[in-house]
Amino acid sequence: MKLDLRTAARMLQFDERADRVVPPTGFTARLTLFSAFAMAFLAVFALALSLAAGRVADRWGTELAQSSTLRISAPAGEVAAQTEAALRVLRTTPGIVDARALTLDEQRALLSPWFGTDLPIDDLPLPQLIDITETDEGYDAAGLRLRLAAEAPAAVLDDHARWRRPLIDAAARLRLLGWASILLIATATATMVTLAANAALAANAQVIAVLRLVGAKDTYIASAFVRRFALRALTGAAFGTLTGIIALMLVPSGSDTAGVLTDLSIQGIGWVWVLLIPPLSGLVAFVATRYAAARVLEDLA
Amino acid sequence: MIELENVAYSYGGGELLTDMTLKVAPGSFHFLTGPSGSGKTTFLKLCYGALQATAGHVRLFDRDVRGLSRDDVAVLRRKIGVVHQDCQFLDHLPVTENVALPLAVSGQDPDGAEANLKELLAWVGLTSRADALPPELSGGERQRAALARAVIMSPDVILADEPTGNIDWEMSQRLLTLLVELNRMGKTIMIATHDLGLIRAAKAQVQTRVLRISNRRLQMAGADL
Ligand SMILES: Nc1ncnc2c1ncn2[C@@H]1O[C@H](COP(=O)(O)OP(=O)(O)OP(=O)(O)O)[C@@H](O)[C@H]1O
Ligand SMILES: [Mg+2]
Repeated sequence: MKLDLRTAARMLQFDERADRVVPPTGFTARLTLFSAFAMAFLAVFALALSLAAGRVADRWGTELAQSSTLRISAPAGEVAAQTEAALRVLRTTPGIVDARALTLDEQRALLSPWFGTDLPIDDLPLPQLIDITETDEGYDAAGLRLRLAAEAPAAVLDDHARWRRPLIDAAARLRLLGWASILLIATATATMVTLAANAALAANAQVIAVLRLVGAKDTYIASAFVRRFALRALTGAAFGTLTGIIALMLVPSGSDTAGVLTDLSIQGIGWVWVLLIPPLSGLVAFVATRYAAARVLEDLA
Repeated sequence: MIELENVAYSYGGGELLTDMTLKVAPGSFHFLTGPSGSGKTTFLKLCYGALQATAGHVRLFDRDVRGLSRDDVAVLRRKIGVVHQDCQFLDHLPVTENVALPLAVSGQDPDGAEANLKELLAWVGLTSRADALPPELSGGERQRAALARAVIMSPDVILADEPTGNIDWEMSQRLLTLLVELNRMGKTIMIATHDLGLIRAAKAQVQTRVLRISNRRLQMAGADL
């Protein structure tokens, strides 16, 4: 049995008469339908988890990239010297890519949302801000504080967002786990469909013998089974996906503090993935049944 | 049509058939006899490609069966109508659909052949049983349904394995009449049977050749029949 597009298309063609040659198999039918349902339901959650974890990792990652700031609050005369010293320390700290003192205009831009644009900033004893860009691995904050205390005592390291770094790693790991689960779900679906198809084929050895007797080719015999299982998997998965979506909608959504837990929703491009679950289940069942049928037909030859 | 050249068939239990050579001419009428277990069914299976000879060559329509793929055998089988010893049917489908099954599996539209199907059922006397399921049929009805299924593709060859195995004399005469009719239409017929009465009755109607499997070999039966 070769698999080209034409045979595949023929196998999927709705052919009521060809389907009738195999007697209805109530038990395996319900078994397949139910596993496809359960697997699709689980896949929706794994997908939602993966997508939510991905969103959190991305958002926090972006915030983190701009998170460290050094603030120098010193009497007007000393600011310039302390800034120089702090920059020197920062530039020689492992884990820091770049450190840059903000210009007066930039500082004014930062303050304007609070004080308006007419702020006579030159007259105010504003602290000098230094923007720190770190590497992905980040720097050792405690070590940096010690060195700054020695060389630029007026410098205050503000790294309030850095505590999220382990969470970002966890979120990224969670996303990976989600995708791994989806892969496992697909494999489990294939396994269950294979078992059910094998059972159905074995139970119908007599039917297969009769079909062969009257000149049926393997493709014809296989397609009667393949169509049936692909259709069941598609139907079961469609219901499973729908149920999963409804269940997701029942998870209370969080406010702006949204983390993985309160953000388990499907958004934007995520819908494409979710809507792919039923057809992919059908495809998995199609391939699994085809291989099961090919093997059984070979054995029965 | 069907050609055997030094054919042998062995299985785990030893050699069942040996050194068989035979040419079945188109339009001929053959009987195959022999004691139970002598290998008549096996011989017929070799003749429609369900089994492969373990030695020698079987040629069907001038093609060596050994070189054929399963798909080729399937296509070939549509030109050979087979009435199986135990008349296998799809028990969940009514008689009409079982008879039309060869059309369905070969991709022909059974709806287009509806008139033909009706005629065929009438010919074998099963018009009133058309919607019955196979398990509801009597032995004779099963045999006639199997014959109808065997001829629906208008095959050139019809192989029948014990077609009168478990039916009464009158019914077997009716079946024989159908087979003789087919032979007169030019079909090649081969019937495996140990019903000597059937062979005698056939001899009165058509020219037949009687083969006998004896001691694993194929022999022409004597004039004692
Ligand atoms: N592949 C096989 N494996 C095991 N036994 C086999 C095999 N093929 C044939 N036999 C045996 O060979 C013998 C001949 O079988 P076959 O059905 O051909 O005989 P038969 O002449 O048709 O008998 P009957 O008149 O009872 O129908 C039987 O005993 C059968 O069990
Ligand atoms: Mg037999």
